[in-house]
Amino acid sequence: MGKKSVETLVGIFVLLGMLGLVFLALKAANLGTFSSGDTYAVTAYFDNIGALKVRAPVRSAGVTVGRVASIRLDPKLYQGVVQLEIQRDVQFPTDSSFRILTSGLLGDQYVGVEPGAQEKMLAAGDQTKQTQSAVVLESLISQFLFNKAADAGATAAPAPAPAASGAKK
Amino acid sequence: MTVLVARLGRGAIELLRIFGHHATFFVDLIRACPAALRRPYLVVAQIHAIGNLSLVIIVASGLAVGFVLALQMYYALVTYGASESLGLIVNLSLTRELGPVVTALLFAGRAGTSLTAEIGLMKAGEQLAAMDMMAIDPKSRVLAPRFIGGIVSMPILAILFSAVGIMGAYVVAVLLIGVDAGNFWSIMQSGVDVKRDVGNGIVKSIVFGFICTFVALYQGYEAEATPEGVAHGTTRTVVIASLGVLMMDFVLTALMFSTP
Repeated sequence: MGKKSVETLVGIFVLLGMLGLVFLALKAANLGTFSSGDTYAVTAYFDNIGALKVRAPVRSAGVTVGRVASIRLDPKLYQGVVQLEIQRDVQFPTDSSFRILTSGLLGDQYVGVEPGAQEKMLAAGDQTKQTQSAVVLESLISQFLFNKAADAGATAAPAPAPAASGAKK
Repeated sequence: MTVLVARLGRGAIELLRIFGHHATFFVDLIRACPAALRRPYLVVAQIHAIGNLSLVIIVASGLAVGFVLALQMYYALVTYGASESLGLIVNLSLTRELGPVVTALLFAGRAGTSLTAEIGLMKAGEQLAAMDMMAIDPKSRVLAPRFIGGIVSMPILAILFSAVGIMGAYVVAVLLIGVDAGNFWSIMQSGVDVKRDVGNGIVKSIVFGFICTFVALYQGYEAEATPEGVAHGTTRTVVIASLGVLMMDFVLTALMFSTP
C-alpha cells in the first residue's frame, strides 16, 4: 500500500471517529439543547425540596425555561436554597410563585413557575420566598390518618390541635 | 508436605516476578514512545493496521448490537408502558457500557491477536535480535508505534460502535416497531449527559485500549520463539486482555457511576 493512501485512509478513520463523537454529543445527548450563556440567576427558598436534583428543568406553562443550578441548605433559616438559571428572554414578575412539581406520576421533580401580577420583573440575583414545597408522601399519610382519627373521635380533636400549633411555633 | 509449601512459595515468588517484569516492560514502552512519535509515519501505518482494518467488524457488531438491544428493550419496556424511553435506554447502555466493553473484547480478539502474532513471529524470526544488533531500539521502532496506534484507535472504534448502535436501534425502533421518532430522540437527548455518559465512556475506552494493547505487545514480545509459543501467546492475549477489560470495567463503573 502506498504511503499516501495509508495516510489518507487513517485520516478518514479519524474523521469518522470525530463525526461519530459529534453525532453522539449533539444528536444523542444534551449538548445542543441548553446554552448556559444567556441566563440570569434567581434564588428561591423552599421549606422542603423533596427529590429535586441539580439540572432539573424550570418550567412555566409546561415549557422548559431554565435549569436548577445548585441546591444547598441555609444554616440559619434551615431552608433549602435553590439557585435557578432562567433564560434571559423570559421575565417573571416579582410575585411569581415557584412550586416543586412532579412530571407524571413517578417522574422526576421540576420547578414550576406561576407568573404573578406585579409590573416589576425579577432581576438577576433576586431572592424569592414565594415558594411552595414539594409534596412529601409521609406528611400526606400522617395528615390523612390524623384527619381520620379526628373524624373518629370528635372529643379528642381539640386536645391535639393546641399541641400541634405549639410544636409548629 | 514441605514440598507442597515450597511449590506454593515458588509459585508466589514467580507471580511477583511476572508482575515486576510486566511493570518494567511498561516503563520501557512508555520511555520509547517519544522516539516513536518522531517518526509519525510508523504510528500512522499502525493506526491503519489496528484501527482501519478493525472498522468492518466493529461497525457490523455495533449495528447488530443496536438492533438486538432495541428489540429486547422494547419487549421489556412495553409491559410498563414505557416504550417511549427506548432510545434513552439503548443510548445509555451503549455509551456507558456496551460500546467500550464490547469494542475492547472485539479489539482484543482481532487487533490484539494480530499484534501478538506479528511480534511473536518477528521474535521467532530473530528480527528483533537483529535490530538490537544494529543499535536500533526494537521497542521504539516496533512496539511503541503499535502501542500508540492501539491507544488512538480504541476510543475512535468505541465511539463508532456506540453511534452505529444508536442508528441501528433507531432503524428497528422507529422504522420496524413503530416507536415515535420525535420521542425517541427528544427523551434520549434530555436524559443523556455529554460529560457524564459519553465522556466517561470515552475515558473507559482509552483505559481499555491501554490494557488490550499492552497485553498484546507483552505476550508477543515474551512469547517463546516457536510456532507453539506464538499460538499460546495469542490465546493468552485474548484471555488476559478480556479478563482485564471486564474487571477494570467493574472498577471504572463503580468509580464513575455510583450515585452522587
